[in-house]
Amino acid sequence: MRFLHTVLLVLEKDLRIEVRSMEIFYTTVFFAVACVLVFSFGFVREGEPIEGAAAGILWIAIAFSGTLALGRTFERERHGDTLRALMMAPVDRPALYVAKLLGVLVLLAAVEAVVVPLIALMFQAPLFAEPLMLGGLLFAGTVGFAAVGTLFAAMLVRARSRDVLLPVLLYPITVPVIIAGVRGTAALLQGEPDVGMARAWLSMLVFFDVVFITLALWTFEPLMTD
Amino acid sequence: MGVQAVKSDQGLAHRAFPALSVLAAAMFAYAPFMIMGAPYESTMGLVQKIFYFHVPAWFAMFTAAAVCGLASAMYLFGGRKSWDGVAASAAEIVVVFGAIGLITGPLWGRKAWGVWWQWDARLTLSLVVWLTFVAYLLLRRFGGAGSEKLAAGVALFGVANIPFVYQSVNWWRTVHPKTTVVMTLGPGMRGAFWWCVGAFLLLTVLLLIARIRLERERATLDDLYLLVEES
Repeated sequence: MRFLHTVLLVLEKDLRIEVRSMEIFYTTVFFAVACVLVFSFGFVREGEPIEGAAAGILWIAIAFSGTLALGRTFERERHGDTLRALMMAPVDRPALYVAKLLGVLVLLAAVEAVVVPLIALMFQAPLFAEPLMLGGLLFAGTVGFAAVGTLFAAMLVRARSRDVLLPVLLYPITVPVIIAGVRGTAALLQGEPDVGMARAWLSMLVFFDVVFITLALWTFEPLMTD
Repeated sequence: MGVQAVKSDQGLAHRAFPALSVLAAAMFAYAPFMIMGAPYESTMGLVQKIFYFHVPAWFAMFTAAAVCGLASAMYLFGGRKSWDGVAASAAEIVVVFGAIGLITGPLWGRKAWGVWWQWDARLTLSLVVWLTFVAYLLLRRFGGAGSEKLAAGVALFGVANIPFVYQSVNWWRTVHPKTTVVMTLGPGMRGAFWWCVGAFLLLTVLLLIARIRLERERATLDDLYLLVEES
């Protein structure tokens, strides 16, 4: 109960700060749109997108803008030196992790709400043919990416060259998420949607989420102790 | 106090080191003769011989990766500094043997498949694991003070990630010989192969011992400097 209360308090604080300035949301959304634009130049031939490009571009945009959002979220704490205050609070450390993770998830969900329709529109991709399955893949994939990313971004707050180290550390570890997300989405986008294939990838994502959230909850305390 | 620490370090591993080094050198010296004596593989011919160094290098890399993951977990939850030294040493060995595998693999692939690189399951897995440990070393080097702990987290996650990467790239695509290849080797090849595996694993152990000792002596030296400054 106390755990949940802490999570909600920290989440509310983060969302309130964000809603007042909308800084991370606006910059991340436009960064994602810029990513889509840049990649479309690489994957559109004679006005027609290459087969399977939409799924790849979608997940690259999520991964890139996710990295940016993770970095900015913790940069804000570092700038005000408030992470230390949070860490000194007599509350469960894992509750802080969960709150930060939920904050990043809310932000990325908002970004995806813009990027997914945009890609469907620009690449004539039938992204909404299987809305439930696509929603599941997006949710499970984003949770997996953010679960590892939130922990690493929190750890790196104290490190030098944190801006470049975050993607360097995060991308190799989240390779399964990217592969499962791209292949699962591509299975839904092909001429005849392969729901069975998408379900197999989704189950892998869920498994990944469970293992890595458990690991993160388990290691957050020792990792964040000086 | 510091000097005692160095002395107490001269345990079994330390005393066995010269003998094991000679054994490893002898095994590596004899390995080319074993490989030469092994029969030619029917379709690939001479180029398949690279297999005797390529696969053992991967064995060594994954062994060192397991050591690094385990030592990182011990450091993270036990807090003893010496485990961090073990993890850092093992990570360097992962990168060295991974580089050997990543160089010999394309050399073999160019002849066997006609291309330098194939996005098949095992190649991709090895590349991802190798990149994780390169990132680990980058973090240790450029992360500044306190990055040992963060690095331990990265190693733990990197090792936990191995089954996921393996499964995902396996589903993604595969053209690499299956794992069963090792079990179905011809009798002539089997001896040479396991000889090389033994040599590589022995070398891994020796490198680990030497590198951990260096790490410990470095820590002792730091302690001694501190003592001198205090007195």
